[in-house]
Amino acid sequence: MANPTLHHLQHPGALEEDAHPHHPFLQHHFEDMGQQHEASTLGMWFFVAQEILFFGGIFAAYAVYRVMYPAAWSAGAHHQNWRIGLANTIVLIGSSLTMALAVWGAQAAKRKFTTLMLVLTLLLGMTFVGVKGFEYRAHFEEGLFPGSNFTYVHHENPALTRGVELFMVFYFVMTGLHALHMIIGAGLLIWFIKRAWRGDFGEEYYSPVEIMGLYWHFVDIVWIFLFPLLYLIH
Amino acid sequence: MTSTTIDDAPFIEPSATAPRNYLNDEYGVLSWLLTRDHKRIAILYLFSVTVFFTVGGILAFLMRLELLTPQGDLFTSDTYNKLFTLHGIVMIFFFLIPAIPAVLGNFILPIMLGAKDLAFPKINLLSWYIYMIGGTFGVYVIIAGGVDTGWTFYTPFSTQYSNTHVFAVTLGAFITGFSSILTGLNFLVTIHRMRAPGLTWFRLPLFVWSMYATSVVIMLATPVLAITLVLLMVERVLHVGIFDPKLGGDPVLYQHMFWFYSHPAVYIMILPGMAVISECVAAFTRKRIFGYKFVAFSSLAIAFLGFLVWAHHLFVAGISIYSAMVFSFLSMIVAVPSAIKVFNWTATMYRASVSWQTPMLYVLGFIGLFTIGGVTGLFLAALGIDVHVHDSYFVVAHFHYIMVGGTIMAYLAGIHYWWPKITGRMYPEWWARLSALLVFAGFNLTFFPQFLVGYVGMPRRYHAYAPEFQVLNVLSTAGATILAAGYLLPMIYLFWSLKFGRKAGPNPWGAVGLEWATASPPPKENFHETPVVTWEAYDYPAFLKAMRETQHG
Repeated sequence: MANPTLHHLQHPGALEEDAHPHHPFLQHHFEDMGQQHEASTLGMWFFVAQEILFFGGIFAAYAVYRVMYPAAWSAGAHHQNWRIGLANTIVLIGSSLTMALAVWGAQAAKRKFTTLMLVLTLLLGMTFVGVKGFEYRAHFEEGLFPGSNFTYVHHENPALTRGVELFMVFYFVMTGLHALHMIIGAGLLIWFIKRAWRGDFGEEYYSPVEIMGLYWHFVDIVWIFLFPLLYLIH
Repeated sequence: MTSTTIDDAPFIEPSATAPRNYLNDEYGVLSWLLTRDHKRIAILYLFSVTVFFTVGGILAFLMRLELLTPQGDLFTSDTYNKLFTLHGIVMIFFFLIPAIPAVLGNFILPIMLGAKDLAFPKINLLSWYIYMIGGTFGVYVIIAGGVDTGWTFYTPFSTQYSNTHVFAVTLGAFITGFSSILTGLNFLVTIHRMRAPGLTWFRLPLFVWSMYATSVVIMLATPVLAITLVLLMVERVLHVGIFDPKLGGDPVLYQHMFWFYSHPAVYIMILPGMAVISECVAAFTRKRIFGYKFVAFSSLAIAFLGFLVWAHHLFVAGISIYSAMVFSFLSMIVAVPSAIKVFNWTATMYRASVSWQTPMLYVLGFIGLFTIGGVTGLFLAALGIDVHVHDSYFVVAHFHYIMVGGTIMAYLAGIHYWWPKITGRMYPEWWARLSALLVFAGFNLTFFPQFLVGYVGMPRRYHAYAPEFQVLNVLSTAGATILAAGYLLPMIYLFWSLKFGRKAGPNPWGAVGLEWATASPPPKENFHETPVVTWEAYDYPAFLKAMRETQHG
């Protein structure tokens, strides 16, 4: 059989390299910085969509048991300290603000400002995780950690005890997965702080900070849902 | 349909010196293990999924051996439980789901788009490593003594009672899920952002449309399995009652969450098969696929409707009759876009000059077997019949017609179709045709008797059965032997062809498509210059005209 081939290069010159040199952070398989930026932001949006389904699964299970065991769910929520939760929510929203400012700083090529904002984001994020750790310890001491360490008994209505344990399972899994996302985010922040300080980011290349921001805001929004579901609704 | 550039298409002259391609560009183990080239990553996946396919096949063969006789004589019932569980887990999580996307999709998709690589090459490599880590857990479990829950991990058996390696294997499945999520994400972004100039959505090959639909399902379904398995592992470790009714949990919720992933997972397995079939039908009928837009949108329709049918696995699990009726109806609706594809492929063949190379033989096998698998799926979607044949061999036969008769036939069609592109060598046609025939005959002999034996009442997942089922079971085991020979042959002759196969040239099939416009094997960057696309997909009329003119001119 003959080997005819579609030869498609009928526009010599149309796709020749531009005269100005490549941006140092342009990866070889992209045509230009615009395409690279669009690809990475779209990638993070798709990743966030995936995360929504991940957390969506456990929110659905939470809803099922909330309907099945309303009294136990209410009793469980009473064991959360909403004041600490509220303070932590404010800390987290603050970190979203500094994150957004860091994106703006990276775009405007303000090296020191960007670094500072990323450091603040990291500190606020870690404050949140630290406070969460103290809350966890209090639950351990109360015997509220599910499994063999679960010594808590609901005094007025012992029949609720199992339900409260189930509530605490959801509490620990949901906040634990959220905290895990915060810690992964903190690891990325440390890397980007280094890159921001080195002066990698500027008008043409700021997509890493921007998609870091998308991720960080998403993790914040998850908490915005977790806080009322686990602390406030009785 | 205008095409100004095809009309004066010149031949690519074979170069005297061996041209640089992705295979000889670099040498050494590390140049493979640290590669970011989508083509090399596809080869890594090809080796890995072949290993898992072989393991899963051996497990299946051991089961068929046990089922030769009515009494359990080769294995204990415990061992048999582990065999079918591991067979299911290995075949689904480590072979069927990654097979076509991660091997053929990885290799061909960026080339079809005229791109140099996927959007995120490092993430592509990462996905292979994640897959291998998950697979290591699978191998560990096989060596350490197996798992006996069935691949569905139904609670509370999996969380409270089974004393096998449930935790390790669910962790393996959890990890492997992220590998497919990353592949799906990479494909979606690549299709959106990396298309060559002029390659509009409706100029895309149907392979790309189907891969797009697959990626959407992977992205939206797999995370739900991940969280479900997290809850399962938490319950198993802490002995709390998330899904255990004795401790206040709801086992049916587990089944809902599991099938919310695992039914769409069926479409993760079959949509890439449909992707391959569309390409091969066009290439071997030398026609544009009949009703291109219908086939394209039917992929998206399958992806969408596939999310709305999961509870048809729960008809006997105690869900309400009203929701069962809705899910029964929706399950029948999802057959419509699948049928559109089958009719359109068939219509493409009508009055075409069909050539009978091996990929086309596999394609014809696929169309027939997928139709049988799909129609028996409608039986199962009907509430009354489902109650009758639930958990019987009828179900086993049905989903093997889809997964083996569908996906694996399509995978083999694709492997043969793109083998010259991947390796630069032709496979031996006579042996390949023989393997296609063996696979088709062996497959039918294996699984058609299972429809019959299931319908008359043989339950699945038992190592012993009533004596009156023996004849059909012996037929089935005999068929499995033929099927095994049919699968072994390609492993041998494809390997042989690497050294002894005829040199393929850039376009051995005379097919239209960007992947046939570059060298075989392709250069590392796929194209020396970014292609500009000015023609429609499957523009065979213009292509054939150009070919005639070139030959006469």
